[in-house]
Amino acid sequence: MPQPVNAGLGEISELFMLLASIAYVVALIFFVLDLVKSSSTITALESRLAGENAAPERALAGIGARAAGSTTSGATSSPATADDSMDYGSGPRRGTARVAVSLTILAAVIHGAAVVTRGVAAHRVPWGNMYEFCTTGAFLVAAIFLITLTRKDLRFVGSFVVGLVVIMLCAATVGFPTPVARLIPALQSYWLIVHVSIAVASSALFTITFAMSVLQLLQTSREAKLLAGKTDTAKFLRLVPSALSLENLSYRLNAIAFVGWTFTLMAGAIWAEQAWGRYWGWDTKEVWTFVIWTVYAGYLHARATRGWTGTRAAWLSIVGYLCIVFNFTIVNIYFSGLHSYSGV
Amino acid sequence: MKQDVSQDTKGRAGAGSSGTDVVLPSLGFLGTLRWAWTQLTSMRSALFLLLLLAVAAVPGSLFPQRPANPAIVTQYIQNNPDTGPVLDWFQLFDVYSSVWFSSIYLLLFISLIGCVVPRALAHFRAVRSTPPRTPRRLSRLPVYGTLEVPAHQARAAGLTPSAAADQVAALLKKRGYRVDVRDAGTDRPSVGAERGLAKELGNLIFHTSLIGVLVSVAVGGLFGYNGQKVIVEGDSFVNTLIGYDSFNPGSNFSDDQLQPYSIRLDAFDVRFDREQTSHYGQPLDFTANVTTQDGPGEGEESQVLKVNAPLTIGGTNVYLVGNGYAPVVTVRDGEGNIASQGPVVSVPSDGLYTSLIVIKAPDAKPDQLGFVGFFLPTAFVDEKGVSFSRDPDPFNPQLNLNSYYGDLGLDDGTPENVYVLDTENLTELNSRNNEDGGIVLGVGQTYDLPEGKGSVTFDGLKRYAALDIHHDPGEVGALVFSTLALLGLTASLFIGRRRLWVRTGEHPDGRIMVEYGLLARGEDHRLPAEGKAVEKLLADSWLVPDGAEQENRVQGAVPSAAGTGQSHHNPKDN
Ligand code: HEM
Repeated sequence: MPQPVNAGLGEISELFMLLASIAYVVALIFFVLDLVKSSSTITALESRLAGENAAPERALAGIGARAAGSTTSGATSSPATADDSMDYGSGPRRGTARVAVSLTILAAVIHGAAVVTRGVAAHRVPWGNMYEFCTTGAFLVAAIFLITLTRKDLRFVGSFVVGLVVIMLCAATVGFPTPVARLIPALQSYWLIVHVSIAVASSALFTITFAMSVLQLLQTSREAKLLAGKTDTAKFLRLVPSALSLENLSYRLNAIAFVGWTFTLMAGAIWAEQAWGRYWGWDTKEVWTFVIWTVYAGYLHARATRGWTGTRAAWLSIVGYLCIVFNFTIVNIYFSGLHSYSGV
Repeated sequence: MKQDVSQDTKGRAGAGSSGTDVVLPSLGFLGTLRWAWTQLTSMRSALFLLLLLAVAAVPGSLFPQRPANPAIVTQYIQNNPDTGPVLDWFQLFDVYSSVWFSSIYLLLFISLIGCVVPRALAHFRAVRSTPPRTPRRLSRLPVYGTLEVPAHQARAAGLTPSAAADQVAALLKKRGYRVDVRDAGTDRPSVGAERGLAKELGNLIFHTSLIGVLVSVAVGGLFGYNGQKVIVEGDSFVNTLIGYDSFNPGSNFSDDQLQPYSIRLDAFDVRFDREQTSHYGQPLDFTANVTTQDGPGEGEESQVLKVNAPLTIGGTNVYLVGNGYAPVVTVRDGEGNIASQGPVVSVPSDGLYTSLIVIKAPDAKPDQLGFVGFFLPTAFVDEKGVSFSRDPDPFNPQLNLNSYYGDLGLDDGTPENVYVLDTENLTELNSRNNEDGGIVLGVGQTYDLPEGKGSVTFDGLKRYAALDIHHDPGEVGALVFSTLALLGLTASLFIGRRRLWVRTGEHPDGRIMVEYGLLARGEDHRLPAEGKAVEKLLADSWLVPDGAEQENRVQGAVPSAAGTGQSHHNPKDN
């Protein structure tokens, strides 16, 4: 028989969760400050340069002048944006952004401790109810974001991603507070470990690509405006790479997440076969998992269909993510089905 | 659009049958057919149908579905007499077998076949052909670079352009490329190389496997069956048609598919959480201890059946999908005879096992008797006098019943639901709503019905297990094909399909000049890295000095690249 849960450790975990949330909020503030500061720096820099020579504004690269696209020769001249390679090193140092990243790391470490203590307290993996899906999922979002940061300068999505993490943590603590507990029989299966962890990890990746797709749409309309010679109303987008490079990177991440989601769907079917006797039964949760899969399959197709790359593909990526959010919130809470995590 | 600029350089043209540029054929039935076919098998249609399929799947989560919950659908239509029948006409209660949903996925799969077959043929040809011819100007390729072997080194090693090309070919072959040396022996030999054909193969396997999954699902629907059975402790189930409470055969099912094995429920053990106040009474474990027999006269075997751990027996899987209490009840009729006796399955309606119960005694004389009410495992009465259950374990089991007499309506042969009492033709004997109240019984107690209609006794309590029994011959196929699909998908998305050409030549001063260019088919962000890696490989093998001397080559010592005036992005430069 499994050991009883450790309620005291569970409370420590909740305290860690709170501390992590606070650290994230502070990090978020710094990320936003960075955006504000950088765009005013750019404006100042630009007006000075504009005064010095009469060149048209958009001929001047913003901070982090476009490095020669190292590779794919698609480097069309586009209005000022950040470095398309998304590598570090170009552009002035952004102190505020550094503080923001450090705070995010601190928050993620505390957050990780919270997730681990929760699991230890319950003697099982910490993803057995909505509270745990949210908190562990938020941790993965932060962790994947930080891991990506070691290779690419994605600080421009920082306020977005950390904002989402804060929302997820709030949803968990306010919306679904649940003290540590053992698993009900329906969830006592190693497929819980496999199925849910991959689902949460893929969703975390989709979260990041969602943020990038939204930025891509903003950047696309800004680029169009600048090309048409209008004034730049969204200066903070200077920190963001061009729409094309956003699209390419989010495609790569979406591809990984899609494989993960495919696996989630399959593992779910195998588990359903073990638990309920059929691998597919169009239960509400299964329906939405399928819908999400199909939308992202559509996204991958769109990327290979003429006229559907760019903006339309970004919309598909956004719709797919909205389906994920819907599946996790509305479907879990309001739709009845086998996945309602009650007893048998 | 801007994106198109970059995509052209990635050789996108090869993907899909690009039916977007179809020119309308001049009249003719065959022509129209071919046109329709081209349209259907275009990438655009595939995309459209995929998105349509996603949208079409949604209503199935908004409305109750017949296959899962027939009773709830009937209820829904009754409660919504205006909209219900309309929704039903549009098959919104049978979304996944509806004409419209089926049409979408069948069209999608036809499109899929129409798409995969020509691509498979093209791929077969590509695998057998040599790598494509060397472009005249490698410098036009998205990744391009040069290197040179200094004259003294080339002389010392006896390196000629042709020997260099041969060595390049050998190195690339080791690296997993298919190679082909051209113009050997001339002063400008070249190597054409290609790698990553598995990408397209993966894509083809992925799409083909989807067809396999669909076929497996169909096989399960045709030849599978499933049924439900509730077994009370001490009782047995025999796998025959009459053994089931409900049974759903596939369209090609025949009786002789059933192997007459039997399962006896010896004991059903339940554990609830008693340690944690926040989750007090939450279930921790359900275990059915059963004795199975593969057929009449075969040996008996004790087995354990749990949630998430089905039993496999006689070609079927047996699942524990529910449990509850079956109070043992004796009903005596007005003549004093036993009209019904035994455990009656009650249906839990919440986590505390507040259960609905219906007792029917059709054999009672002079009038048939019927009871409906609640079973409470741990009965409690609140301040308003309402009974409720406080715990899922039977600490204070109690029956709360209303009683009826009259015609139970069981004799006219219409199928009846054992869990519902139709009170239309019955007369109420007593009820909780009357002043003298309904029947309240603890274990061992008897209640005498008014008007000498008989009595009801609560003899004791048993538990029951609700089993689902499934046979699905398509299951293995679905697993195999979906695994193949996953592998194919991974290969397709993460393998880079690359073409690489290397051309060698000798400068009049004796240097051996080498230039290379790479091209990806489809998405490939690692192409420049591959260029660098290959360059390093070559440089290492010829001991080309690094650093300062390399700077010269950008000036373009290679005859063909020189003078084009192009400034190319050289991977070495960043
Ligand atoms: C059941 C329906 C379908 C699903 C779920 C599906 C799914 C996918 C997915 C996930 C990908 C991306 C992974 C990869 O490149 O292998 C893909 C790629 C592709 N699909 Fe499909 N597909 C379906 C039907 C079709 C049809 C009908 C066609 C033909 C018109 C088609 C043609 C292609 C092509 C050409 C690619 C490669 C795109 C590229 O080069 O990036 N697919 N499909």
